[in-house]
Amino acid sequence: MATRIVMSKLSPTMEEGRVLTWLKEEGDPVESGDVVVEVETDKATMEVESMGSGVLRKVLVPENTTVPTGTVLGVVAAADEDISSLLSGASTTAMTEAAPTPSARIEKEPAVEAGPSGTEGPSSASAVETVTTPAGDGGRTKVSPLARRMASEQGIALDAIRGTGPGGRIVKRDIEAAAHPHATPAAAPAAIDTGTGVPYERIELSQIRKAIARNLIQSLGPVPHFFLTVEIDMGHALQMRAELNKSLEDSGAKIGVNEILMKTAAQALLQHPNVNVAFAGDYIRRFRRVDIGLAVAVPDGLITPVLRDVGSKGLLQISEEMRSLIERGRAKKLAPEEYQGATFTISNLGMYGIDEFTAVITPPAATIMAVGATLDKPVVIDGSIQVRQRMRVTLSCDHRAVDGAMGAEFLASFKGMLENPLRLVL
Amino acid sequence: MAKKTASIKDSYDLVVIGSGPGGYVAAIRAAQLGMDVACVEAQLREGGLGGVCLNWGCIPAKALLESASLAHHVKHDAADFGVKIKSYDLDIAAAVNRSRQVSDRLTKGIKFLFDKNGVTSILGRARLAGEFDEQRVISSREALEMRKVPEKIVIVGAGSTGMEFADVFNAFGANVTIVEALPHLLPLEDEEIAGVVARSFKKRKIGVKAKTKVKSLEKTDTGLKVTVEAPSGDEVIECDVLLMAVGRTPNTEDLGLEAAGVNVNDQGWIDVDEYCQTGIEGIYAIGDVAGAPMLAHKASHEGMIAAEHIAGTQTHPLDRGNIPSCTYCHPEVASVGRTEKQAREDGFDIKVGKFPFSANGRALTAGAPDGMVKIVADAKYGEVLGVHMVGHSVTELLAETTLGRALETTVEEIAGTVHAHPTLAETVMEAALATLGRAIHI
Repeated sequence: MATRIVMSKLSPTMEEGRVLTWLKEEGDPVESGDVVVEVETDKATMEVESMGSGVLRKVLVPENTTVPTGTVLGVVAAADEDISSLLSGASTTAMTEAAPTPSARIEKEPAVEAGPSGTEGPSSASAVETVTTPAGDGGRTKVSPLARRMASEQGIALDAIRGTGPGGRIVKRDIEAAAHPHATPAAAPAAIDTGTGVPYERIELSQIRKAIARNLIQSLGPVPHFFLTVEIDMGHALQMRAELNKSLEDSGAKIGVNEILMKTAAQALLQHPNVNVAFAGDYIRRFRRVDIGLAVAVPDGLITPVLRDVGSKGLLQISEEMRSLIERGRAKKLAPEEYQGATFTISNLGMYGIDEFTAVITPPAATIMAVGATLDKPVVIDGSIQVRQRMRVTLSCDHRAVDGAMGAEFLASFKGMLENPLRLVL
Repeated sequence: MAKKTASIKDSYDLVVIGSGPGGYVAAIRAAQLGMDVACVEAQLREGGLGGVCLNWGCIPAKALLESASLAHHVKHDAADFGVKIKSYDLDIAAAVNRSRQVSDRLTKGIKFLFDKNGVTSILGRARLAGEFDEQRVISSREALEMRKVPEKIVIVGAGSTGMEFADVFNAFGANVTIVEALPHLLPLEDEEIAGVVARSFKKRKIGVKAKTKVKSLEKTDTGLKVTVEAPSGDEVIECDVLLMAVGRTPNTEDLGLEAAGVNVNDQGWIDVDEYCQTGIEGIYAIGDVAGAPMLAHKASHEGMIAAEHIAGTQTHPLDRGNIPSCTYCHPEVASVGRTEKQAREDGFDIKVGKFPFSANGRALTAGAPDGMVKIVADAKYGEVLGVHMVGHSVTELLAETTLGRALETTVEEIAGTVHAHPTLAETVMEAALATLGRAIHI
């Protein structure tokens, strides 16, 4: 008898899964209980066993493809069995065979989440339900039929929306709010466009990345921030700056601390491209260039001129270009493309005597660095107290795109380079 | 003034003024949530908890309408069903007595529920009922106790109250004329639906005068002369009794609202927020006094919401766009949401699906082919913007679509839901299919 291999709902929050690896090829013999395919859920990577024996007749979903729960992934049947009716019905009609049960080997979390009474576990019922609904939304997301249809027609991702109906159900007003994010703060913007044309690479969201994004947005709002603070010894960097400026005396040029910070940040970002990103709703943009914005106070607010491709520029060039950008910024003469679309931003309030602070991320960027004053502080070095010039920086990260360890590794590189600035020339 | 019962304390967590379908529900819900609750009722009649709804409104009127329905069958079509009735008497006094018994039973039920939930009821003094037999101009309250059928009656107002009494008095043999100032009967209902009722009324020789206003009234030795201003000119209608069935007034007088600082607006309604709070902390208003529509079920839900809000329990504001409306004349009328006209005026691109009872098996077995279900749906998303029904038992049929709207069901889900056969409910499924151009049985 023919058996369908189905993307089963393996946890209460699972709406879709990704086919990672087919362990059998079309034509391979399959025994009942054989692991046929590996799938990635929002929690873990899991193996899917065949419930029937025969031959893997058809692979319907290729590897690295994400499909809603309930989707038929493949068909196992006898070598000469007619499976045309199964294939034609795969995407549209109800199915009668039981879906395969996942095996128990799980990398991160146990599969027992699949419902205590078995009602939410893999079953032909759950498969039927989702096969007949539009792609992208599984049975377990609480969403009204109207909201689902509106989201589907308007191309709004349901997993980016926080439901305001009873029990967190996504209802019509939530879709309307998502379609017009400024009308009400109920839902997060589904996707953000930089509009600046920085070339980027599209990184598909892993299931765990989607789960993180969905969960965090529910607790913290549209851009879920977290903050990492590190104290940096600026002695060598300031000394380098003094020497550079001395050598530049004749030319009239001058390197500022901010330019050193920008250059260092660019170098560190190139080493940690996972931080040079933006969360774009259903995927992450990993930018191929480092464009750094520098927050500059102007009489009636703030402007953030953006220096393009900082990684490829030397300190002198950075300094010259920034001077021009800041002058024109203060005169309000910057073109939009000169102050929009930074992939990283630095806000320095050190000159106001602020020791340390946290800055708010400006979408679509995923990070902003808040720089405090460089102060003489007693520091224990090799068992003796020395007075050193110390500066505290705090990195704000959009947790949907950047995790704590990613941010920390970037900061460690940033700190290391500033403390040994000769590395900047490497 | 209040005749206090045994254990009345000086203070309660919540005092509910009035025991109508809003008040008594609020009192019970609050008691469920652990509050110490008293409900003060200036009785409408002895033992009469339950407000207008149970004593002089919904309940006794529907009891009379059941009598009217039975009378109609006996007079007109019992023989078609194979039940031949050789002789019968229509006894409106017996019908009224039965309707009072139903009221009594339900009002006693509220007392039982109060006792069960530990709600203290504080009863006011009963008012004496007047003698209405001689009276020529009456309200619905007097009409509910008419133990003699008037020969000719004029009913002013073709809203649900006027329509229901027209039905009752017609069934008991009175010559009925109904006068409505607005363009059609049941002015708040969908025009097409109201048209079905108008045709049925005309068939039963109920006089229907739309776009007509009462100009003057003159008492004569034998009755009343009513001068009306119709589109075709002034007319004089003679009658024994004139029933005023125009509007209802919220009972906001003599509550000390002004002294408490509670704001009553120009329409006589108390201003409240989405959780029924007045501008004064700790004072909530529900039901008729809190604004239109003045319907029992709206009051009950406001009662629950207010009690839950007072208790600090999770609650949701009332969806004012999803309050059903029912009229129990024959054929019955039921609706929820926007009429076809309103949907167009609100700028929706709509699809209208209709299905007649004449094509429904269960309706034919019940001998009730006059009726239809009409669904107004948004063309793009299939949202159920409004549902309008007329026909046998449609007041029961409506709940499916009201729930559907509350759950934001689209016409696709209604059309795709298996409805038992043979049932009247199939007409709802067929109307939903009709909005999609897929109705089967027509």
